[in-house]
Amino acid sequence: MALETILFYVLGTLAVGSSLLVIGQRNPVYSVMLLIASFAALAGIYVLLDAPFTAVTQIIVYAGAIMVLFLFVVMLLNVGQEDAAEYDRSHPFNRPFVRRFGALLGIVFVAELAWAVWHVSTRQPAAIAAAAPGSVSSVREIGRVLFTDYAFPFEATSLLILVALVGAVVLARQDAE
Amino acid sequence: MITLNHYLVLSAILFTIGTAGVFLRRNIITVLLSIEIMLNAVNLTFVAAGRQFAAVDGQIIVFFVMTVAAAEAAVGLALVIALFRHRESLNPDAFTSLKW
Repeated sequence: MALETILFYVLGTLAVGSSLLVIGQRNPVYSVMLLIASFAALAGIYVLLDAPFTAVTQIIVYAGAIMVLFLFVVMLLNVGQEDAAEYDRSHPFNRPFVRRFGALLGIVFVAELAWAVWHVSTRQPAAIAAAAPGSVSSVREIGRVLFTDYAFPFEATSLLILVALVGAVVLARQDAE
Repeated sequence: MITLNHYLVLSAILFTIGTAGVFLRRNIITVLLSIEIMLNAVNLTFVAAGRQFAAVDGQIIVFFVMTVAAAEAAVGLALVIALFRHRESLNPDAFTSLKW
């Protein structure tokens, strides 16, 4: 039990810290690398949550495929630093009233999330607690539910992938003329 | 003892970081990365709740969210490449043709 607590805090700090650095960076290559670290920490947290299938999918799909795609585009476009100077001075967000209003909205958002989290019910129903502990983490069970109860969403997903594939090719194509 | 609340608080913190990134950054690729942070925060909520209620449905929804995230990244990055070709910039404030 103590090990779970230690691992949760270490991995959680790693995830939050690297996510903060992602949005604190000006160089997008570092941002992508730090986001991969954040996803690895989240995969560790999924292991703590008895979800090894999701943890492995997180590493393979997110860190392995999506982030490599991001890295590929960052290096293809080859823009090192973001060009902030010429737009930021005249930007309407930089007016004092707008900035104060934005800060207020941010505080309200955090307060709202904290309120929702504190009022969530954490009592565990007895019947659920008595269920087989390994059933959630079993890949066999996930596959069975995915291909029976969720068969239609699964097939719709394949259509989504096809549309995204065609859309990406059409959007990124060079004009012929 | 780590309860469901701990995971929900961690997820809320990550979601807030992602939201802040969308509003603060002036680079369209970093904005897309912040959206990925927000999607991951929601995934953590789904997995934690799924474990709490001993149901695999949470992990299956995470599977679908990952699929949508992959499609979103492919189309979003194709849009970024197309926009960069037209404006030679990744600053979202450079793309104002639809503004009046």
